[in-house]
Amino acid sequence: MISKRIVLHFPHRLVDQPIVCNLVKDYNLEFNILKAYVTPREEGLMVLELRGDEKNYKQGIQYLTEASVKVQPLSQNIIRNERKCTDCGVCMPICPTGALVVEPLVRKVHFYDNKCIACELCVKACPVRAMEVHF
Amino acid sequence: MTKTIQEINDKIKKGKAVVMNAEEIINIVEEKGVEKAAEEVDVVTTGTFGPMCSSGAYFNIGHTKPKIKLGGGRAYLNDVPVYSGFAAVDVCIGATALPDDDPLNKIYPGEFKYGGGHAIEDLVVGQDLKFVAVAYGTDCYPRKKLETWINIKDLNEAVLFNPRNAYQNYNVAVNLSDKIIYTYMGVLKPKLGNANYCSAGQLSPLLNDPYYNTIGIGTRIFLGGGTGYVVWQGTQHNPGVKRKENGVPQAPAGTLAVMGDLKQMKPEWLVGTTMQGYGVTLTVGIGIPIPILNEEICRYTAVKDEGIWTQIVDYSDAYPEGKKESLGEINYAQLISGTIDIQGKEVPTGNLSSYIKAVEIANTLKEWIKKGDFLLSEPVASLPGPETGYTFKPLKERSIMM
Repeated sequence: MISKRIVLHFPHRLVDQPIVCNLVKDYNLEFNILKAYVTPREEGLMVLELRGDEKNYKQGIQYLTEASVKVQPLSQNIIRNERKCTDCGVCMPICPTGALVVEPLVRKVHFYDNKCIACELCVKACPVRAMEVHF
Repeated sequence: MTKTIQEINDKIKKGKAVVMNAEEIINIVEEKGVEKAAEEVDVVTTGTFGPMCSSGAYFNIGHTKPKIKLGGGRAYLNDVPVYSGFAAVDVCIGATALPDDDPLNKIYPGEFKYGGGHAIEDLVVGQDLKFVAVAYGTDCYPRKKLETWINIKDLNEAVLFNPRNAYQNYNVAVNLSDKIIYTYMGVLKPKLGNANYCSAGQLSPLLNDPYYNTIGIGTRIFLGGGTGYVVWQGTQHNPGVKRKENGVPQAPAGTLAVMGDLKQMKPEWLVGTTMQGYGVTLTVGIGIPIPILNEEICRYTAVKDEGIWTQIVDYSDAYPEGKKESLGEINYAQLISGTIDIQGKEVPTGNLSSYIKAVEIANTLKEWIKKGDFLLSEPVASLPGPETGYTFKPLKERSIMM
């Protein structure tokens, strides 16, 4: 079993097709929608956690790619601007998944992008706007 | 064993001064005892890096041809209103100022993308900023409008002047209500969802000199990456609050007014800051050297997070209503552990003040002193201590109805 957080960009002509439904039906994958923007005549965007057998997962991703859906890992989209971050740590209690953690002894803030669900709460809570979203 | 600042400065000039940061001195005193430590160590450097709203800068833009008198008119820097009620071309910008067309909290919680703190940072970066002014015109200052780019390098003087910085201790902010609140202490989740604090604790300047024995008016400091001075007690200076046996106040107490040449400062240490739903401010880096003149002063600098206590305050009711209610007392070691216990609930903590940056400031100041680039100054007057009865009073409102 594998589980990954991915970002899907749907070209506007696919917006009315049941793409995610096929992932379940044809590839036996489980999904959890973390975020979705679907606007008629515009590119659609969906952040998914996708879980399933490794072989099925690969075939599912292949199906998406062949259907012209752009797939990328979520970690590329939420970025901490290292130059701006002051390591204050006020983001830590805001983060619902523990993706932002303060290392106790040196008191440095770490961002574990594999735990991030792109809720964006930290983006506005950060006093120096060090957390950036690039969808 | 006592030393004078003069003796310490002589050592600094010879490159022989022993300088430690306020974290290192803790171990030295524990290992060797305070008597030996006071003998061996000459200077302890402190540091803090947090949002400090009572900050601002004044500058002189130089005269135009024909001349304009901004006093009595209106002026804006990158659309942020600046105060121009001085002589012709002196203006002052405050860290929390916002553009006239900012939506503020009309779309709640407001985003507050750009304000005085950001404009000060942009000046320090060396960017060109848009300066727009209108004036009423006089015989000697006939011009009525000015629109120009300005750059810090062309200003005659650019001075950071902060009426209240470096608070000696601060509240821990929580929210007891059932809805999220947006405060200057950050976003506070309902029903004790988080607890935010703001201090460098054992590294913080005034917590290492609790009775202001060495830090006074005229003390030379690290300010925003350059050199500055303590020029007065800060506004709301309140030395008379309750103190623990080690002399450390258990609530917000002393404050400092500081100033320094903005042209020397670095954007890394003066950062425009936004508090969602609250407003804008400036995060300021301050480092203060403490000369180890005697054992008592040395003992104070060895204060540890465990020995610094502060009050937990509800920002949904007690704070806005000005009620002096504390939900309990907690020390910084507990706060730094990541969770604290409030009313039987485990509450995650967040610090608005960067400890890592505070260490960097204390170490930078240490290097300056070790290299002989930074000499200690003798204060010309003391800050009011607890014995003076100096206190911070609320406003007594009086009706203006005749």
